[in-house]
Amino acid sequence: MSADFAALLYLVSGILFIMALRGLSSPETSRQGNYLGMAGMAVAVGTTLWVVELNGLAILLILGAVIVGGGIGAVIARRIAMTDMPQLVAGFHSLVGLTAVLVAAAALYEPKAFGISAPDGGLKALSLVELAIGVAIGAITFSGSVVAFMKLQGLMSGAPIVFKGQHWLNLGLGVAAAVFIVFLTASGGDNKTAFWIITVIALVLGVLLIIPIGGADMPVVVSMLNSYSGWAAAALGFTLENTALLITGALVGSSGAILSYIMCKGMNRSFISVILGGFGADAASAGAHGQVDRAVKLGSAEDAAFIMKNAGKVIIVPGYGMAVAQAQHALKEMADTLKAEGVDISYAIHPVAGRMPGHMNVLLAEAQAPYDEVFELEDINAEFATADVAFVIGANDVTNPAAEDDPTSPIYGMPVLQVWKARTVMFVKRSMGSGYAGIENPLFFRDNTLMLLGDAKKMTESIVKSLD
Amino acid sequence: MDAVDPNVFRLAIFVLAVFVGYYVVWSVTPALHTPLMSVTNAISSVIIVGALIAAAAAAAGEGAQFAKGLGVLGVLLASINIFGGFLVTQRMLAMYKKKERPAKPGRPD
Repeated sequence: MSADFAALLYLVSGILFIMALRGLSSPETSRQGNYLGMAGMAVAVGTTLWVVELNGLAILLILGAVIVGGGIGAVIARRIAMTDMPQLVAGFHSLVGLTAVLVAAAALYEPKAFGISAPDGGLKALSLVELAIGVAIGAITFSGSVVAFMKLQGLMSGAPIVFKGQHWLNLGLGVAAAVFIVFLTASGGDNKTAFWIITVIALVLGVLLIIPIGGADMPVVVSMLNSYSGWAAAALGFTLENTALLITGALVGSSGAILSYIMCKGMNRSFISVILGGFGADAASAGAHGQVDRAVKLGSAEDAAFIMKNAGKVIIVPGYGMAVAQAQHALKEMADTLKAEGVDISYAIHPVAGRMPGHMNVLLAEAQAPYDEVFELEDINAEFATADVAFVIGANDVTNPAAEDDPTSPIYGMPVLQVWKARTVMFVKRSMGSGYAGIENPLFFRDNTLMLLGDAKKMTESIVKSLD
Repeated sequence: MDAVDPNVFRLAIFVLAVFVGYYVVWSVTPALHTPLMSVTNAISSVIIVGALIAAAAAAAGEGAQFAKGLGVLGVLLASINIFGGFLVTQRMLAMYKKKERPAKPGRPD
């Protein structure tokens, strides 16, 4: 097969990937989109296997690797709980990053195989720069994703880790990496040590970039690492002169960047402030407004059931607490029971609810809540005024009116779900503690608020029982 | 004038793809942002093409053997991602269902 034809096939693969993302514009077309993505991958892999010269050993090795890797991937995909999607995605990002490092190293050690060697057998200066950038981003993606995975999986505290001079250290490491990129390029690719030093610096940098970012900012981190994995692929696409990689890298890179932007906007924080980190550590002081002793109205499952049964319209606001308690199925059962009573049910999703973009939507979909009953913040906020009950389950900060009327609040300016406009607000919470950002929610102390303290799943189940 | 360096063409493809990505991703419904992440993750594993080339390389010389080893490992890792990413996306997307039409028409609104 000629190189030109192969290049065209890689283009086809890139276009199939674009179509795959396009399919996600609506749930109806999304499944087809996913198949187009698979087709794109098949075209890219098929083309590559066609182009390279395979001997028996290579076929065996590749087949073995694909079977083992694919088997592991398939098992993970089948078994993973939907609540664990954020850490799964973080884990997958780390693999993309690591693969990028491996491919970059392979290209450096054996440029001939990739058909990118200069006449003297080494690598062209431009290829080396691209390769070095690719390995640096890949390594950052890898170690950063590992840290994100550990934070999300609870293997490591979600609390931000900050120390003096952190940003200067990061800057210094960045400069050092740039210096070694120059060394690597100047040596024409012979200075392999420089390559590995760049890799190590980037690995350290990846860890340092993610540790100061607190648990509540994880949606931004996961999206950001998504973006990095794309840029790493794109950089190597330049080195390997491969269109499929270039297009895919650009798509994934901009996708992650947009998601990061949406998440930042959902928290009214600048991307820079999230990256610099530390949020959630100093915010705890803001909670100490002396509201601790104020009276709250505690309710029971029976009270909640009684009020909701007689309501005309209930809006459910799920948050991370629902995911932790795995309460989505019980919640759906409650919604169904209420619907049978003639109650109008809808769900309101805040953009940063959960630990990754769209987290709540997936959990509700898993519980088979119809997606046309699930609304985004801007589409449903006006509805709270006409709702009898706002049922907030495992969410807190995203409903805090202080974001609208208290300029001293750390979350002031963040778009929030205006649950307080509903006739009755119910909070299902484990305890009276403040939310992830450590901010007191004044809604807890209002007369029309009913606090349902307990595990989200157990509480919802007892509400369902009381409804019968 | 000299012929245009192929790298410039690649840059053009890249920049245009960034723009395509920008507009396509903004049209993704927020409800599908999690599947978007898992599918972008799967497709970014197209980096497997690099790993395949390295794995297939004739292992003549020490550097080449090392590259081959890296390639095989890369194929393995990327395969986890490709299969895992697409399948978990498929599993998620299969869950998104529309409201069943009301069994009893005239349900009070």
